[in-house]
Amino acid sequence: MSAPALAGESAVGRLASAPRRPQLDRGGIAVEVWLRVQASLVYAFLYLPIAIVVVFSFNANSLATIWTGFSVNWYPTALANSVVQNALANSFIVAIPNAILATLFGTMAALGLQRVPRRVRIVFDAVTYVSIIIPEIVIALATLVLYATGFGFIEDTFGIKLRFGHVTIIAAHMLFNTSLVLLLVRARLSGMDRTLVEASADLFATPWRTFRQITFPQLLPGIMAGFLLAFTFSFDDYVITTFTSGPGSSTLPLWVFGQVKRSVSPETNAVATIMLLFTLAMLFVGQFLLLRNSRRTQGRGGAGMAGMIAEQR
Amino acid sequence: MTIAAPSPSPEAPLGGRAAHDVEIVDVTKRFGSVVAVDRMNLRIANGAFYSFLGPSGCGKTTTLRMIAGFEQPTSGEIMLAGQPVAGIPPYRRNVNTVFQHYALFPHMDVIQNVGYGLRQRNVGRTEELERAGRALELVRLTGYEHRRTWELSGGQQQRVALARALVNQPTVLLLDEPLGALDLKLRKEMQLELKALQQEVGITFVYVTHDQEEALTMSDVIIVMNEGRILQEGSPTELYERPVDTFVANFIGVSNPIKGKVTAFDAATHRAEIESAGGLRIAGVVTDRAARPAAGTEVTVAVRPERLRVDAAGTPEPEGSGWVSVPGRIEQGTYLGEQTEYRIATDVVGELIVRRQNAAGAAQHVGPGDAVVVRWQEEANLVLVD
Repeated sequence: MSAPALAGESAVGRLASAPRRPQLDRGGIAVEVWLRVQASLVYAFLYLPIAIVVVFSFNANSLATIWTGFSVNWYPTALANSVVQNALANSFIVAIPNAILATLFGTMAALGLQRVPRRVRIVFDAVTYVSIIIPEIVIALATLVLYATGFGFIEDTFGIKLRFGHVTIIAAHMLFNTSLVLLLVRARLSGMDRTLVEASADLFATPWRTFRQITFPQLLPGIMAGFLLAFTFSFDDYVITTFTSGPGSSTLPLWVFGQVKRSVSPETNAVATIMLLFTLAMLFVGQFLLLRNSRRTQGRGGAGMAGMIAEQR
Repeated sequence: MTIAAPSPSPEAPLGGRAAHDVEIVDVTKRFGSVVAVDRMNLRIANGAFYSFLGPSGCGKTTTLRMIAGFEQPTSGEIMLAGQPVAGIPPYRRNVNTVFQHYALFPHMDVIQNVGYGLRQRNVGRTEELERAGRALELVRLTGYEHRRTWELSGGQQQRVALARALVNQPTVLLLDEPLGALDLKLRKEMQLELKALQQEVGITFVYVTHDQEEALTMSDVIIVMNEGRILQEGSPTELYERPVDTFVANFIGVSNPIKGKVTAFDAATHRAEIESAGGLRIAGVVTDRAARPAAGTEVTVAVRPERLRVDAAGTPEPEGSGWVSVPGRIEQGTYLGEQTEYRIATDVVGELIVRRQNAAGAAQHVGPGDAVVVRWQEEANLVLVD
């Protein structure tokens, strides 16, 4: 890297003096080419494995790594597999209620925090950020410990036996998803023009009608983005799910991981491809909603969902 | 246009009209230790154009927000149409506001914005559309019903905000520096338009501004405020011709201050004789009717620049009595188009600013360095007791 870096200095000097169209010397051209190659390598590193998974999901051979011909047969095979069907069903059973509840609680918390004194709000903001930043494995372990001891206590005291299953996964996912929605909606709220609320009150709308007709529509893109993110994060979560799932509640990522431990089959690739497409679709819908509404609400949101996520994470 | 016909309809909960649309009785507003409004007393007559004029932080916007109901007075009472409104929230006051940055609802189109207030009062879809349509006609925005508000220009957004407020036939329309965001030319146009609109609909307008020219152009009554207090209330002419103190004299227009001491005061004519610090003996009416300055009181004599005339040195005194003459030298002459502004250094009263119309056949040309005599008639002297 040292030689191109030296050559780069002259190119930078030229850029500074003639910012419009730098006439590059040979060293400058070399730097330019090298930077492009490097960028291409980074993207290849990021996306090539995914591309391979997608490509090999269309492999006719039952051994995933040996290409013998094109086939779409693995998709119907995977979808007909009752284990895959169960896992997929479990994923939805977990992700949908999780997204709904996280959105509901996150939005309510965001609205509540807006009315709380500043000092209290700062504490809650910090706690919210921390819950997102804490490594997933720690949350997973802590949740498992909590469930185990809590269930033991309940059984000892009330004689009720609680089991791991969908509900335990949903509750664990909600922990970080609620924080996520809270942050997204808070960003929206603080970007919102407060005089709109005053204008509404000035025009005879009661506080409830103001919320329904002004505040809520203004927040809706943030709430929708929160819902979609909560859904996807829950849908493809592995770590917390393994720790908190019980018999019969394995989700799709758990199934995929279980398969990979044996050998990667095209069937697994097909399932992974379906998940990929589904997640991407959700992201596009979220992005579309945010961009469509960014002009209406005049605030931030020009960068869409990616911008909001980048802002929060 | 019948939009503001004062009809005792069920949606005007405050009923018939009292003598004053707004009465502010001994109102004080504190924010922590800051006194934003200090024991204010004011009556706003029906159907007139009132302006609160003052520098930022003088309490004018706070007063407006208390009338609208966004703030509650710390003490004192506000009456709307004769009824005390303490504790009544904004949405139950028959008052509407045009906000500084319009606060149009971005997720609604123009006609939905205008009909918003009517919808909250459940007037019915047909009536809502009909009245909103008429309000748009009033502000000359017919044809823009289904535009998005962000597609409109600043001036058009301003008109939507006006229509959205006026359509409700409020007892009082409050306007919080609504022209501040517009460029100068548009602002001038909107000033005249607002004034015409107010006369057409007959609703009481209460306008907040820090721009003296804006207030002078539009208002029937101007209320000059500073540091939470009303300094003077009066017509534009009164305020300009008879400012009660130096703050008002300097805030509205420009004036040449001449410091001096009272040597005699006649209570009957309210006239004072003054000896300036430079030894000039002048006389004039004390503008503050309540003041009775004793001999020796420090006062300021203010003279408006356009009341001064500049003559070349040695020009004989014009006909008539009561002329004050001060010799001086032109320091600077600035050509301003219709006027020329001169800065003139004098020994007796310091620097004087003179404005002279560049009319056809105006007096002889004088330029920097020339020795001149500045003259004005005694009636131009405004004696200000602070």
